[in-house]
Amino acid sequence: MKHTLAVLVENKPGVLTHISGLISRRAFNIESIAAGYTEEDDMTRITIVVDADDQYELEQVVNQLSKLIDVIKIIDLTGQDRVHRELAMIKVVATPDIRADVINIVEIFRAHIVDVNKETMIIELTGEEMKIDAMCDLLKDYGIKEIVRTGRIAICRGPKSAKEVS
Amino acid sequence: MKMTGAQAIIECLKQENVEVIFGYPGGSVLTLYDALQTAKYPHVLPRHEQGAVHAADGYARSTGKVGVCIATSGPGATNLITGIATAYMDSIPLVAITGQVAVSLIGRDSFQEADIRGITTPVTKHNYLIKDVNDLPKAFKEAFYIARTGRPGPVLIDIAKDIFAAEIDFEYPEEVKMRGYKPVAAGDITAVEEVYQELTAAKKPLFFVGGGINLSDTSEFIREIVSYTGIPVVSSLMGLGCISEDDPRYFGMIGMHGTYGGNMATTETDLLIGLGVRFDDRVTGLLKEFAPKAKIVHFDIDPAEVNKNVRANIRVIGNLQWSLDSFKEKIMNRSSADWHEQVNPWYETILAWKKDKPLFYKRNSEKILPQAVLESISNITAGEAIIVTDVGQHQMWTAQFFNFKHPRSFLTSGGLGTMGYGVPAALGAQVGNPDKPVVCICGDGGFMMNCQELIAIADLNLPVKIIILNNQYMGMVAQWQRSFYKKNYAHSSLKTKADFVKISEAMGVPAFRIEKTEKMDEELERALKTEGPVLVEIRIPEDEDVLPMVPAGARLDQMIMGGSSE
Ligand SMILES: Cc1ncc(C[n+]2csc(CCOP(=O)(O)OP(=O)(O)O)c2C)c(N)n1
Ligand SMILES: [Mg+2]
Repeated sequence: MKHTLAVLVENKPGVLTHISGLISRRAFNIESIAAGYTEEDDMTRITIVVDADDQYELEQVVNQLSKLIDVIKIIDLTGQDRVHRELAMIKVVATPDIRADVINIVEIFRAHIVDVNKETMIIELTGEEMKIDAMCDLLKDYGIKEIVRTGRIAICRGPKSAKEVS
Repeated sequence: MKMTGAQAIIECLKQENVEVIFGYPGGSVLTLYDALQTAKYPHVLPRHEQGAVHAADGYARSTGKVGVCIATSGPGATNLITGIATAYMDSIPLVAITGQVAVSLIGRDSFQEADIRGITTPVTKHNYLIKDVNDLPKAFKEAFYIARTGRPGPVLIDIAKDIFAAEIDFEYPEEVKMRGYKPVAAGDITAVEEVYQELTAAKKPLFFVGGGINLSDTSEFIREIVSYTGIPVVSSLMGLGCISEDDPRYFGMIGMHGTYGGNMATTETDLLIGLGVRFDDRVTGLLKEFAPKAKIVHFDIDPAEVNKNVRANIRVIGNLQWSLDSFKEKIMNRSSADWHEQVNPWYETILAWKKDKPLFYKRNSEKILPQAVLESISNITAGEAIIVTDVGQHQMWTAQFFNFKHPRSFLTSGGLGTMGYGVPAALGAQVGNPDKPVVCICGDGGFMMNCQELIAIADLNLPVKIIILNNQYMGMVAQWQRSFYKKNYAHSSLKTKADFVKISEAMGVPAFRIEKTEKMDEELERALKTEGPVLVEIRIPEDEDVLPMVPAGARLDQMIMGGSSE
């Protein structure tokens, strides 16, 4: 089962290496990892989507990550009422003969066109992974040249921030 | 106070009460060495950086203090890696200081540059790269704190060359503040209560002690609990010494080369209480059949150890100083007589197993057998010695046949199984314990891997006694080849023209050979009573096996016994 972990870490050089190194060394199955600044200057938030076979494996992931000195807190957002999103940019073939069809798909998915030229266009789409997968699937027929995705980020609904959740 | 980075480091070391450093100089740490010399800081010079880190490790294991080593950038630092990994696997507190190229040269593949922080990340508890002199005091304060608290481990501080000369207004932090590191001393007391309840209901309870007891200095607690309750106890390799081998309730080491009684008890117990253990595969054998009839209780300081290998029914997380003390208090609620009455039939059962199949070897052999050597050393020293081993058959025979009495008296590379550990670790142990006998048991293979440290031992006139059990083979490898590879001894023979006695003498350590069975006890006694260092080479048969043996992947009760007891 997939779990979304919010990992709050010290904003210091080397922290990401420590985390990614640990994940590969312990052979955990990580689907995505996304890092960025937060509301606090000295804190980075890393959202990790991990595929764990059972509760024991998940417990290992959390416990081993917690042992890293620069990891401040880990919150499992899986059971929580949360919003999660991913951003994708897709460069797709859009020659004049098919452009209208592609634009049609973009509109259905409420995506944006952020760049266009004679041969291709870049589509930007935000949403849950399934939505992005679905659009990529449709665009495949026209010829996808490049896909770049951020990996999932997630946040809890309600007034509390992740650092306040226990 | 204003001073250089190098002087600041010395101040930090003083503040941390570091008595001695094991190090080897080089380009990037010359400024530091200059300051060390000026300050007359106690320093031991092993002849290889791997020797330095193992020596710091031997010092740490035997004294309980943090071991400190220094190496230069690039090759000096990379030579530390095996030793750091060795310490990491056995949770030994070390602070390793390495020089790095100057700040402006980092990342350019400069001369003697190696990304030692990146390289050591998987084998350190934490590490630092210092590029600003003002970060030094905090890094040192944290490094020592991290190394010695919680589950101990090695910490590396990599320091750019120019930092040693840079000026700093030095002030040592009073306390550490780390949001992400707060080792918990006390845990959940209700878990202790739960264990107590289980224990009162158990018919066949068994304590299983490990390295955590040695590391947390809690052997007194477990000794008291065992003598009060009479509950039988077994040990891992790393737990040897926690319980005195004279304790009648103690049934030895379990696992791959464990005792018959110990392994059978583990198979039959209905409540296994693991104390500071990590259920390594060498102990469990086939994991899903380990202690198949038992509820499992796991006491440990590291929550990540619980359910890593073996699924625990009850966990008691916290410092063993807290958990064992609380547990002891609970246990005293019942009378000692009641406990004994509850467990005596079970104890008798294990005792019968032990008597049926004790550790065995051919006692009247014409040749000198390694087991007899260990028994003899055990008798001569009366268990009052720090025993250091290398890795291989001799290590297992030591574990089996030496009667350990005290915690921190058996130093061995358990987790990583590092050949070459023995000689330098013995050096470090002797530096930390000038008045205790230190005996190093080596194989002919592993001895050669760090034999250069005989020079350091000789020059410091450290009274280390080194015993080489020479079977002319990588004995442990040959044993596996004999049992599982149809005696195809692929590259495991060490038959050689080299002469260990001469090698030793050439390096300044007096040496002799013991060849006659009749004279063995007498000559061992002579060696062990000698002032100053001595090396003794003993030829043993090349095909002696370590027994019993649980083949890899088998259940603990599927031991190959060998010998006449089979
Ligand atoms: C650095 C290292 N290399 C290889 C091994 C694999 N290994 C384990 S035991 C052993 C043989 C050790 O031979 P020796 O030192 O003669 O000890 P003996 O088993 O004969 O007592 C070897 C090669 C190891 N543990 N460590
Ligand atoms: Mg050998």
